[in-house]
Amino acid sequence: MKDETNEGWSLETSRRGFLQCMAWAGTGLVWSLSSGVFSSRAFAEVASDTPVEGDLHFVQISDTHIGFDKAANPDPVATAREAIRRVNGLANRPAFLLHTGDLTHTQKAEEFDVAAGLLQEVKVDSVFTVPGEHDVFDDGGKEYLARFGRATLGGGWRSFDAGGVHFVGLVNVLSFKSGGVGQLGAEQLDWLRKDLDGRSASTPIVVFAHIPLWALYPAWGWVTDDGQQALALLRRFGSVTVLNGHIHQVLQKIEGNVVFHSAFSTAYPQPAPGTAPGPGPLRVPADQLRGLLGLREVTWRGGRGPLAVVDSRLG
Amino acid sequence: MSLIERSWLRKTGARLGAALTLATALGAAAAPSVDPLQSAPSIRIENFRFEPSEIVVERGSTVGWVNRDEEIHTILAVDGSFSSPGLDTDGRYAHEFDAPGTYTYRCALHPQMKGTIVVR
Repeated sequence: MKDETNEGWSLETSRRGFLQCMAWAGTGLVWSLSSGVFSSRAFAEVASDTPVEGDLHFVQISDTHIGFDKAANPDPVATAREAIRRVNGLANRPAFLLHTGDLTHTQKAEEFDVAAGLLQEVKVDSVFTVPGEHDVFDDGGKEYLARFGRATLGGGWRSFDAGGVHFVGLVNVLSFKSGGVGQLGAEQLDWLRKDLDGRSASTPIVVFAHIPLWALYPAWGWVTDDGQQALALLRRFGSVTVLNGHIHQVLQKIEGNVVFHSAFSTAYPQPAPGTAPGPGPLRVPADQLRGLLGLREVTWRGGRGPLAVVDSRLG
Repeated sequence: MSLIERSWLRKTGARLGAALTLATALGAAAAPSVDPLQSAPSIRIENFRFEPSEIVVERGSTVGWVNRDEEIHTILAVDGSFSSPGLDTDGRYAHEFDAPGTYTYRCALHPQMKGTIVVR
C-alpha cells in the first residue's frame, strides 16, 4: 500500500508504524525530528545527560481509568501509582505533568476523588489535565470541570506558556454525551484561532488532547472529526508536537512540521488498530501487563532543536 | 422474554416482529409479571457491536440490552428519546417502545456502535 505521508491514514502504514514504535520504545531509543528525518539515540545517553540552563522538561501520563476492575487490570490505582513513583524518582525533576484524559472509567465522584488524590502525589509544580470521554459521557463534564476545570475556558480547554513553548490543551470529547464522535466544535476552534493569532511561527507548540487529532483509525472512533481545522491553524508553526491518549499504545505520525504521539495508558493496553473485533481492554498475562503500560517524558534541551519525546514502560 | 423469542431472534434477525407476535400469543399470561431488566435481553452488546444491530418489534414492546464486554457501553437514542447510564459488564437496560417508528441509537462512548429498533 502506498504511504500517505501528508493526508489521511493508511492501515498498512499504521500497522508497520505501530510495530516499529513498539520495538523502538522497547529498546529504549529516543526519537527526535531533525529536518524531517527521524534520528534516534540510546535512552541511557539522554538519561545520563545533566540538565542544562534553559531545559524544559515535563511528563505525560494518560488513561488512568480509575474505577476499572476487570481482568485486563484489576488494580489500575496500583499501576497509576507506579507511574507516579517513576515520575517522582526522575533525577531531572519535571516542571509539570500533563494527564491526557480518561482519569476515571465511569466518572463516578469517588473515582474522581481517587484520581485527584493520585495526582496530588506527583512531585511537580503543576498538573494540567484534559478530559477523556470516560470522564464526561454521562454528565457532559459537570463533575470533571468542578474538580479540574479551574483556570480553564469553555469546556475545559486552556493554553499556557512554559520555557519558551506554547502549550494548548484541547477538549475533543464533549460531543460524546449527545452521541457524537470526537469533536472540538466551533467555539473551541474559534478560541484556538485567536489564541494562536500573532504568535511567532518559530514558537514551538505543544498540543495535548485526549483523542488523536488525526484520523488514526476512524472505524474504532479514533478520530477527531474537525481535527483538520485545528491542524490547519497549527500548520504555519515550525514545530508542533501533539500529545494524546485514548488508544492506550504508543503510535507516532509525522505530517509536515506536526508530530503526533499517542501515549501508553497506565491502566490497560488496547489492541493495535484493526487487529481485534473492537478496541476493548486487552487481556495479557499478568507478568506482561506492565510492559504494555507506561509514561512519557518530553525534554526541550537548552531551548533549542527538536523536542525529545521518550516513552518508557512500567515493567 | 422467553427462550422461544431468543432462538427466533437468532434465526430470523430483523423478522423479530413476527417472533414477538407468536411469543406473545404463546405466553401472554406470564409476560406482564416479568421485570424487563431481569428477563432475557433482546440485544447483546459484544465485541463493540449491538447484536443484532437491527430488530423489528410490535408497538408496546420492551426491548432489553445486556453488556457482555469488559468495557462500559451505553444506549443512546439519536433523537434523544431514550438513554441508558453507563453499563458495566453484565449491566442491563430496557426501554418500552410505545410509538411506531424507526429508532436509531448508538453507544455514547463508542459512536461507531450503531443499532436500530423498528417499532410497528
